[in-house]
Parts: sequence; C-alpha cells; structure tokens
Amino acid sequence: MYAFDYQRPSFSQDAVSMMRSLEEPKLLAGGQTLLPTLKQRLAQPGTLVDLSRIPDLSGISVAGDVLRIGAMTRHAEVATSDLVHAHSPALAELAGMIGDPAVRNRGTIGGSLANNDPSADYPAAALALGATLVTDRRRLAASDFFRGLFETALEEDELILAVEFPKSGPAAYRKFRNPASRYAMAGVFVVRGADGVRVAVTGVGQEGVFRWKEAEAALTARFAPDALEGIALDPHTAMSDLHGDGAYRAQLTKVMARRAVEAIGG
Amino acid sequence: MTKISLTVNGKSVSAEVEPRTLLVQFLREKLLLTGTHVGCDTSQCGACVVHVDGSAVKSCTMLAVQADGARVTTIEGIAQGGVLHPMQEAFREHHGLQCGFCTPGMIMSALDMVNRLGPILDESAIRENLDGNLCRCTGYHNIVKAIAAGAAAMGANPTRAAAE
Ligand SMILES: Cc1cc2nc3c(=O)[nH]c(=O)nc-3n(C[C@H](O)[C@H](O)[C@H](O)COP(=O)(O)OP(=O)(O)OC[C@H]3O[C@@H](n4cnc5c(N)ncnc54)[C@H](O)[C@@H]3O)c2cc1C
Ligand code: FES
Ligand code: FES
Repeated sequence: MYAFDYQRPSFSQDAVSMMRSLEEPKLLAGGQTLLPTLKQRLAQPGTLVDLSRIPDLSGISVAGDVLRIGAMTRHAEVATSDLVHAHSPALAELAGMIGDPAVRNRGTIGGSLANNDPSADYPAAALALGATLVTDRRRLAASDFFRGLFETALEEDELILAVEFPKSGPAAYRKFRNPASRYAMAGVFVVRGADGVRVAVTGVGQEGVFRWKEAEAALTARFAPDALEGIALDPHTAMSDLHGDGAYRAQLTKVMARRAVEAIGG
Repeated sequence: MTKISLTVNGKSVSAEVEPRTLLVQFLREKLLLTGTHVGCDTSQCGACVVHVDGSAVKSCTMLAVQADGARVTTIEGIAQGGVLHPMQEAFREHHGLQCGFCTPGMIMSALDMVNRLGPILDESAIRENLDGNLCRCTGYHNIVKAIAAGAAAMGANPTRAAAE
C-alpha cells in the first residue's frame, strides 16, 4: 500500500468538507473493497476519510411504508435485522448471501452501492425494489444511480447517507455464487408488485446491473416459472471471463430467475 | 503517524502507527502476537481472523487505525492460565489440523459462529459459516467435527464459553 493520511470525522457534513478541501481524498466505509484495491496499488489516495464514527450513518428504521438503512450499516446487521425481515425479507436474505461472515461484519450497504461492482448483490435489490439513495445533497432513484461498470451518478465529493426501500410485493433473490469469490456469477432479484413484475440481474451485464424487461413482461402476463421458457437473454450482452462465457451466464440468469419465481410461489 | 489506543486480549495498548498499517501487521509486528496468520493477504483465506468488539473480521482487511478504541481478541487471548479453550481442545481431540496454518483463523471463526448461532451447530451450518476460511491440508471433515464438538463443549460449560 502507498502511504496515505487518515481522518475520522464525527459528522457527515465534516466528511463532505474534507472531500472538498483535502488533496485526493477517498471515503473509507467497511474497507472490504477499498483496502484490497489499495493493497494492489490500484489507487493512491492522499487521505482516507473514515465514515465509521459518524453515528447518523448507521442504523435501520421504518417510517410508514419506507425502510431506511444508513449507509454504514454492515451486511451482517441487515441480514439479521427484525425490521428488515418484516419489511423486505428478500433483502435480508440477500445480505446474508454476501461474501462470508467476516466480510459481512465489515462491509456496508453504502460502500457496496457506491462501488457498483457488476457482480455485487445489493445493486440488484436496489434496482428491483425501486430504492432511493439519499445523499448529502439530493435523492437519487436507483434507476438513475447505476451508470455502468463501477460507475454511479455520485459526484466526487458526494456522500451516500442512507438508502430507502419502499414496501414491495412478494420478492426473492437467487444467486449462483462464484465458488471462489462468493460474488454473483448470476444473481436475479424478482419482485411481484401490484403494478407488474420487476426483474433485476447482477453478475451478468457488461454494463453492470440491469432490468430484464423481457422477463418482466412475460412474468407480468403470467407469473409462473415456465413463463420464462420461451425467452432468452442475448449471450452477446453478457459478461464473458475465465469464470464463464456469455452463453453460460445467460443460461444461468434464466435458471436463477426461475428459482426466484418458484421461491415467491408462481 | 496516528496514535491509537485499544484493548488486545484484555490488556490496554497504545501506539503510534502509520495509517496504512494493517491490523494484522500491528498485531504481529508491533505486539509480536504471531498466532494470527497471513495466508493470502487478499481477503480470501481467513487465516487472519480475529474478533473486533466481539465479531470476526479479517485483520488483513482492516487498518490498525480503524481498531482505535476497540476490543480485539486474538488466538492468544482465548486459553485461560495454560488451559486450552474448549474449542482449541476440540481441534486437538478431533485432529482438526495438520500443518496448523489455518487453525487460528478457523478457531476464531468457530467462536464467532457459536456467538451468533449458539452451541448446537449442525454440519451444514458449520460448512456454510466456514465460507471465508480456507484449509489446504485437512479436507475440512475434521475441522467440521471439531467445531461441532467444541461448540457443544462450550454449551455444556458456559463459564468457559466466552471468547473474551
Ligand atoms: C472475500 C470477499 C468476498 C466478497 N463477496 C461479495 C459478494 O458475494 N457480494 C457482494 O456484493 N460483495 C462482496 N464483497 C464486497 C463487499 O460486500 C464490500 O463490503 C462492498 O462491496 C464494499 O463495501 P465497503 O463498506 O467495504 O466499502 P469500502 O471498501 O470501504 O468502499 C468502497 C467504495 O465506496 C466508496 N464509499 C463507501 N461508502 C460510501 C458512502 N457512504 N458514500 C459514497 N461513497 C462511499 C469508497 O470511497 C470506495 O470507493 C466481498 C468482499 C470480499 C473481501
Ligand atoms: S490473510 Fe486475511 S484473509 Fe487471507
Ligand atoms: S491445517 Fe494446514 S492449512 Fe489447514
């Protein structure tokens, strides 16, 4: 790791000021992505701004129909929270499928969404459930937030404060894990809402997480696992790497979608 | 340099560290607690697992400065007065190790499992919760047996159950 300075603000506004005034600052959340990146010397920040001691950034609450999860809330907390289980059980289940227990004890929802890894799990939930990202300066719909591989709508100095999930219809997430890394080879989040079915796919798209519109139309017309029989994801739009080629991932997506529909009960 | 103060295995420790110092480097190189191992240094293998404020973390993927104010427990901190912790004893009894390199992390992860899930652990729960711990020697069978037995022993003798 290259040397860097370290700051640990107590208020989110101070973190934002530091992001404006310091040379080459970088936010540090759970560090489960950032620290491995720094070890590989793939980044050289001047100062890490550690968000872990800003009380407002963690915690889970429900107001009306909206579940609010603070950006610094660890995956383990989301996975075991009674509030999350009651409001969005599929979201709790997804959080429990991330990495391994030690990673879940450190990694945060804000860090995962800000990072927008094309194989990360939370982006699929955020997109399918129509989450809203609350930052220090605005509210962003998940559909406007994810902008391609590791790209988001966040400005350089912008801080995610929390993520809000509206109450949804029955939902399920099914993921085929890369057996070595635990990241999704294909992860499919299906929501059966009053106004139609939403299907978000991670681990597959060359541009990162996406909504599979064809599957949504087929399942909105008839919500059953075999409703997916006639449709296929174009393998040329799927990622291809040493873990699996595009055709494999396209097929896996369909299988995971079917399993998610079965879990909801079609 | 940044000043940190923390509790390691029940003792207060203060030191000046470079911000880029990993928690595992601090434990091994400053405190000479070399029981915590570095197997991969890429967050995969779990040889470096310690407890921070009671939960398992990979100490190769945490900075020492992030542990400022925390309570850290390493493999050195779990035996009491020369008597092995029941989980350590179970690893010995059930031959849960060969070269022993992964063992400190396995045991700290096993204790975290008991803290979260209680002392009655079935095989599938143990295997699932060992996702982040790799062993190149044993083939895992005896590790799984050792954890089940160690957890049960902790349940039977709760005064020796706490890891910290
Ligand atoms: C072994 C291993 C296995 C893993 N498996 C999975 C898996 O199966 N599925 C999965 O989804 N993920 C997986 N991960 C990644 C893990 O979930 C990370 O925790 C997560 O991607 C990043 O969150 P973090 O809190 O650690 O963020 P950090 O690593 O601290 O930060 C990541 C990025 O987000 C930025 N950032 C952090 N917080 C904010 C904020 N509030 N506002 C704006 N920007 C911010 C940082 O500046 C940095 O650029 C794995 C990681 C490891 C090490
Ligand atoms: S050395 Fe930390 S996970 Fe391998
Ligand atoms: S006993 Fe050798 S790595 Fe596990």
